[in-house]
Amino acid sequence: MTSPLQQKIKITGPSVVTANRTTDGVVIYRTATNGWSTDLADAAIVREAEPARALLAAATADDVGAVGAYIAPVEIGADGAVAPGNLREKIRRDGVTIALPVRA
Amino acid sequence: MYAYDEIDRAIVHERVDEFRDQVRRRLNGELTEDEFKPLRLMNGVYLQLHAYMFRVAIPYGTLSSEQLRKLAHVARTYDRGYGHFTTRQNIQFNWIALADLPDALAELAEVGIHAMQTSGNCTRNVTADQWAGVAPGEIEDPRVWAEILRQHTALHPEFSFLPRKFKFAITASDHDRAAIKIHDIGLKLVRNDAGETGFEVLVGGGLGRSPFIGRTIKSFVKGHDILSYIEAILRVYNQYGRRDNIYKARIKILVHELGIEKFAAEVEQAWSEIADGPLTLDDEMIEDIRSRFIYPAYEKLPAEPDELRAAAGDARFEAWRGNSVAPHRQDGYAIVTLSLKPAGGPPGDATAEQMDAVADLADKYSFGEIRVGHEQNLVLPHVAKRDLPALWAALDKLGLATPNVGLVSDIIACPGLDYCSLANARSIPIAQELSRRFANPETAALIGRLHINISGCINACGHHHVGHIGILGVEKNGEEFYQITIGGRADEGAELGVLIGPAVPYGEVADVIEDIVEAYLSLRQRPDELFVDAVKRLGVEPFKERVYATR
Repeated sequence: MTSPLQQKIKITGPSVVTANRTTDGVVIYRTATNGWSTDLADAAIVREAEPARALLAAATADDVGAVGAYIAPVEIGADGAVAPGNLREKIRRDGVTIALPVRA
Repeated sequence: MYAYDEIDRAIVHERVDEFRDQVRRRLNGELTEDEFKPLRLMNGVYLQLHAYMFRVAIPYGTLSSEQLRKLAHVARTYDRGYGHFTTRQNIQFNWIALADLPDALAELAEVGIHAMQTSGNCTRNVTADQWAGVAPGEIEDPRVWAEILRQHTALHPEFSFLPRKFKFAITASDHDRAAIKIHDIGLKLVRNDAGETGFEVLVGGGLGRSPFIGRTIKSFVKGHDILSYIEAILRVYNQYGRRDNIYKARIKILVHELGIEKFAAEVEQAWSEIADGPLTLDDEMIEDIRSRFIYPAYEKLPAEPDELRAAAGDARFEAWRGNSVAPHRQDGYAIVTLSLKPAGGPPGDATAEQMDAVADLADKYSFGEIRVGHEQNLVLPHVAKRDLPALWAALDKLGLATPNVGLVSDIIACPGLDYCSLANARSIPIAQELSRRFANPETAALIGRLHINISGCINACGHHHVGHIGILGVEKNGEEFYQITIGGRADEGAELGVLIGPAVPYGEVADVIEDIVEAYLSLRQRPDELFVDAVKRLGVEPFKERVYATR
């Protein structure tokens, strides 16, 4: 399988790097301080291919902590709030759109 | 029920120990994800949108009450209190942590359950008619042969690194409840003119990106020869199957590209080299496997017990009995389907409490046995008819007596974009909305048998191609759209549905399906002309016109 770093990176707007946490698969976002956060608001925002590639490279290097890092689009609101850029990422951030059979 | 022997138990426990070590090495960094991924997949562990998903095998859809209780325990202890029964007769847990997986597997191993053959490019869990062994008119119990196949193929080195995954389904009835024509190999038990038992062997069925209905490659293979013949098919596939292109790697593509005649000739050549060799099954081997299936000691019971006559005045009971209870090969007994499709519920989901309760009911009313069907419902296969009223009352309290089996709200659906990392669109909310719209039992009964199948992507886990109405989620410019097909079917007359027109947006799917159903009701010749038969007679045009005339 082609490494995400070998793939052509195309950025059309603000983006973040996201992955799943190795221990439990929880959705995580790469931060500007070379760490991970479960909160999208903490994610490092990139807007061009080269910074995106660098952020992805750092994320991918953490093979123990995270699985399957990739670049995902986000939207920045007028108030600066970061929101997922598509439905898939919205579901990853917010969880399933249905009521679970057993309430948490 | 099949009772594992010492070898089976040892294999299952050793597998747990092996996986525990692999997880330990992954978590401490000794194994990279690239190294670990094929190992976790061999143990049914996927990574989905929010969490790891753990797929557990239920060979030929047969569970003991003890096993179902253990699945409930795993759901409650390691997951979020529920499980999802799949179209491959497996169960999936959606929220399990990697570090907990070895313990969960170890607990399952205590009752002979494992996750082998649930993922990877190997021979997958062998599925069977969920009424196997109890359906009237069956040649014989196909699970005996499914178990022979399971034992031969599990961990078989030649079948562990195939070009792509490989699925078997088996039935011994004329009416195909196992969807054998959409499997890589479909097996139908038959008898020849000499009275010998054998198999009609079909090959090259499958859905996904390139759907094909399986073709008969040999109309009769003696039971004693079935392993060598199947091995010959797999050898040809292993040799010629495409490993360079994942989209062309399934055997269906090879069969299609070579043509069934040429493919069959290759198989005959391969078979000639191994037939009558060590893979030939003798009667002793077959009987040994057969002897490990434990069958109930049925009582001699009346066909129409007093309890049924007494309950006949209860309209809700009668509606359920008419819908969910089927004839059994043994007088005085019935096969009962438990709908996992309540109005507004996610298809195929069962809570741990429901699983525990069904296990208790199986002990009380079904000799401790439960089946899982590919339609994502459960079955109690040996219920005395006198117990039907009491069983219904218990199931009703549990929400497992929705009288919609085989009807419009008995929807097959994959997890879709709510869970699945491959999906393009959601499946479950569509199914939920449709099941609410068709929740009225009288309306559903008026419509009659109608299967709606929903997949959230082209991989077709929801078998949308063979739904009487198929719904396929696609993504267009960031929005969810759905392609609608009609006229598909998965039974002995299997056919692929035909697309009726452009995809419709998420918010219009339920309206479109209602339009199609209304068109059917106005166009059918008689009340007993099924939807799928009306489509066959009329073609898609009248339905297309109804859907798109005002859109």
